[in-house]
Amino acid sequence: MTPILSTKGLTAFYGDFQALFGVDVEIAPGETVALIGANGAGKSTFLRSIMGLIRVKPEMIQLDGRPVGGEPPHRIVSGGVAIVPEGRRLFAGMTVEENLRVAIDNASGRDGTWTLDRVFSLFPILKEKRREPAQRLSGGQQQMVSIGRALLNQPRLLLCDEISLGLAPRVIREIYEIMPEISEAGTAVVLVEQDVSLAKQASDRLYCMLEGRITLTGRSGEISRDQIAAAYFGGSDAVA
Amino acid sequence: MQWLDGLIQGVLLGGLYAQYALGMALMFGVMRIVNLTHGDLMILLALIGISLSSALGIGPWMVLVLLVPLAAAIGWLLQRAVLNKVVSEDPLPSLIATFGLSVALQNAMLQVWSADTRSLPGGGIEQASWQIGSIYIGVLPVIVLVAAICLTGGLSQLMSHTRFGRALRASAADVEAAAMTGVNPKTVYALATAIAVGVLGFAAVFQGLRSTVAPADGAAQLIYAFEAVIIGGMGSVWGAFLGAMVLGISQSIGFRIDPGFGILAGHLVFLLVLAVRPQGIFGRN
Ligand SMILES: Nc1ncnc2c1ncn2[C@@H]1O[C@H](COP(=O)(O)OP(=O)(O)OP(=O)(O)O)[C@@H](O)[C@H]1O
Ligand SMILES: [Mg+2]
Repeated sequence: MTPILSTKGLTAFYGDFQALFGVDVEIAPGETVALIGANGAGKSTFLRSIMGLIRVKPEMIQLDGRPVGGEPPHRIVSGGVAIVPEGRRLFAGMTVEENLRVAIDNASGRDGTWTLDRVFSLFPILKEKRREPAQRLSGGQQQMVSIGRALLNQPRLLLCDEISLGLAPRVIREIYEIMPEISEAGTAVVLVEQDVSLAKQASDRLYCMLEGRITLTGRSGEISRDQIAAAYFGGSDAVA
Repeated sequence: MQWLDGLIQGVLLGGLYAQYALGMALMFGVMRIVNLTHGDLMILLALIGISLSSALGIGPWMVLVLLVPLAAAIGWLLQRAVLNKVVSEDPLPSLIATFGLSVALQNAMLQVWSADTRSLPGGGIEQASWQIGSIYIGVLPVIVLVAAICLTGGLSQLMSHTRFGRALRASAADVEAAAMTGVNPKTVYALATAIAVGVLGFAAVFQGLRSTVAPADGAAQLIYAFEAVIIGGMGSVWGAFLGAMVLGISQSIGFRIDPGFGILAGHLVFLLVLAVRPQGIFGRN
């Protein structure tokens, strides 16, 4: 089966600073893959490259085997990729419902798996707050809007950048509880996480990134803690 | 009585200023682009309108029909060719680019139309008025005001209830996040500037009918538009309308205190608002 997404020798730069050094990742349709790594490893850079926010060569990123590297973000979205960006990035000054409508207005061509009502049934609190300015919601609720917004783009591949960051454990559980429903809709998911056990639990496969390189990959259930520790911190002697 | 007259004439003058200000409310208030060619574009459109009128022998309403689409096309081109390349968090690049363009436009207009003041013949409508007691109300200023109200209402609806309006507000709030949600900000911005300059097509015709235009006049219109948007509050279309009213009324009342004081009174009220309520009347802080 053609992977929905593959990156081939992906390199990325911020000016002269190189953040990614030849990253090879493959994601099959419908599978959930976790990407873990320490602060500054390059996880967000990886996702931003896929979304077209960082200049890369066309062959470096392929959607359904088609080179798309460097295409503008809106084209990537119409190709069936959506992102829950780091820091949520809601549209300030717009209501919860308006935030969601922007995604509906600009959804990919895929048939409407996700509707406003379905998002509201995933996160009932959003229905209550639909007329409130998005910036007035709590952190967890804002994260729900950000996830809902990405789903309403009707993605076949959903990229999630640290959706648990800064949230209370109860809220994290609440958010992760909806992941199975997203997978059942046939959507492949990339979960970027700093919380390793959460990432292992929620994914089929796992990649570990260190200083812009993939240092470990395998089935989430089969990778040991020691392997992860070595890949995460760089060699078994990296941390005393 | 003269104060009531001042108030009424001020509101009517505000109608014209509102037409300058609406496009600015979109570009500066929402998109945060500092477009220093705003006034020059209006003058350019007015001069084109005047030339069209005499060359084709058409009346002002036919000029309006031709000028508004032309204005929108100019706006679209301006955004595509210039502003999309310089738009960023930093307002300085757009400021410098449009400053250069403004100087170039003024010089080009001087070459083509010379420094003479001109106006658009209205076939008598410019003189028509109603008399109520001792107060005269011009027909044309009332038409200008009604047009301003319709344009403001239409733009306000467009911003709050359409796909385009949402995309524009989303892009203005966080252009990267909007792009990641499937919006093409460059197209949305080009359309927004087309609308903003399109509205100047209306302003140009009414300016040409109500008073005179000369190539160097754009600076004043630019300032009035900025002031109206800031008085009303950034990002609010009706705010800009209200700001234009405040400006028109201040000038008109000031003029009745002393004919030399009118324009200055408008600027003083602007500074007062800036000091007392820097976020503007409708602005949130
Ligand atoms: N806009 C930028 N300009 C310059 N360097 C950047 C920029 N953004 C990120 N970097 C650098 O690129 C590297 C990778 O950053 P990135 O944000 O991708 O890491 P990350 O794995 O997402 O980290 P975190 O877990 O903290 O979000 C870091 O060294 C970072 O300092
Ligand atoms: Mg990150």
